[in-house]
Amino acid sequence: MSIWQYANPVKFLALSSRVQPYLWAAAVICVTTGLLWGFFGTPDDARQGSTVKIIYLHVPAALMAINAWFMMLIASLIWLVRRHHVSALAAKAAAPVGIVMTLIALVTGAIWGQPMWGTWWAWDPRLTSFLILFLFYLGYIALWEAIEDPDTAADLTSVLCLVGSVFAILSRYAVQFWNQGLHQGTSVPVATGGRTVADVFFYPLLVSMVGFGLLFLALVIYRTGTEIRLRRAAAMRARTGRGA
Amino acid sequence: MIALLIRDLRLAFRAGGGFGLGLAFFLIVTVLVPFSVGPQADLLSSIAPGVLWLGALLACLLSLDRLLALDYEDGTLDLLVTAPLPLEAALSIKALAHWLTTGLPLVIAAPVLGVLLNLPANGFGWVVVSLALGTPALSVIGTFGAALTVGIKRGGLLMSLLVLPLYVPTLIFGAEAARRGAAGLDGTTPLLMLAGITFGTIALMPFASAAVLRMGLR
Amino acid sequence: MPELGKYAIEVLSAYAASLGLLGVLIGITLRRGRAAQATLKAAEMEAKKNG
Repeated sequence: MSIWQYANPVKFLALSSRVQPYLWAAAVICVTTGLLWGFFGTPDDARQGSTVKIIYLHVPAALMAINAWFMMLIASLIWLVRRHHVSALAAKAAAPVGIVMTLIALVTGAIWGQPMWGTWWAWDPRLTSFLILFLFYLGYIALWEAIEDPDTAADLTSVLCLVGSVFAILSRYAVQFWNQGLHQGTSVPVATGGRTVADVFFYPLLVSMVGFGLLFLALVIYRTGTEIRLRRAAAMRARTGRGA
Repeated sequence: MIALLIRDLRLAFRAGGGFGLGLAFFLIVTVLVPFSVGPQADLLSSIAPGVLWLGALLACLLSLDRLLALDYEDGTLDLLVTAPLPLEAALSIKALAHWLTTGLPLVIAAPVLGVLLNLPANGFGWVVVSLALGTPALSVIGTFGAALTVGIKRGGLLMSLLVLPLYVPTLIFGAEAARRGAAGLDGTTPLLMLAGITFGTIALMPFASAAVLRMGLR
Repeated sequence: MPELGKYAIEVLSAYAASLGLLGVLIGITLRRGRAAQATLKAAEMEAKKNG
């Protein structure tokens, strides 16, 4: 028994149909709990007023936007090294989820920034990095759509993901060098060691982050299943000699 | 290798080649900028380094289309893939040819256009040096973009979408060096970063480009 | 409803926009998933019929 047995599409589909109900249920419970708790159950911040409630959307979405790209990078590496189709299709399935998360982070950030910083948008390092990340997602998805042969598409997008990751990190440092920002430090304690958010706000935020993570997982597994089915249908059509 | 370089250069200079196109685009962009932002001398001189860098970058992007597409159409690319010369080397040569026909003329034209934009006197050296250091990276990264999209019909727009985010670090450091230099500050740090990016991409990107090209043509 | 004070529009629009985007994503995902299942079933039937 090893984890690679799930690289077999049939086994993957069987497993995914078994865990999906639980995954979806857990994701929905966590997201709704986190958001409802945050929306109804937390006080206003002394300085930010009620806009502090936006954090329960903004931070989890931003977190998943980065993690989605990271997951795509790992899936791309697995595809390039071990040539498991499920891996390539999982990377393809994650990209639209990642771009939506990036968009949510950008939109909620702009809505929060308008009353707090007095501007929708500032060329702050974090904001700029997210905009660049958005462009990378856009290019990645466009490249998948543009290539007809699925294996070639998987190859090329994987390399793009690898090269893009290097340049994304470079851009991050370049942007930091270029402009010191307005944005507050990270709210996630594992990244900094210290916590910048008070407990009342932090626990619902944590639930919401877990919820967004589970939601991402459920969406990616479901979408990977979709891609596998589409590939198989296309293969069957090709075998029976009728173009799909 | 040298034969390939000479062939590419000769093709570029001939009618229908990309030579002059990028240069003309660069000229037009810089001439249009004062029309769009207004003729105030102090405003122009403060944005001049950035405009020159952006113009050079877009001019570079414009000519990437022809970098591999023409060779793909007439079958030269298939020969290059199967030739004894490593594909990595062949692509480096093609990037070099692209730089000689696009990047180098831009570097030489930049100070002339800097006059039009009222570039401060101490900025000329910085703009030229930063462009000279940065444009090779644009050519090498552009080769990767061209290799990614070579088999795709109407891939030009897609290539721009893929290449532009990759150009971000080069643009930031290059324009920052030029801007600091023009403002009378020391631009050595961004210039060194730019040099790092350029040499790093020259060393590594041909491998990615060649890998992508082999996959795409298979 | 909690008292949102003077920032009610901002908070509510942030929630509306985010949940809307998530809803669209999930909707598209489920629709494509169903379509894929139907396509696969049709292809399987065809393959069986043709032997």
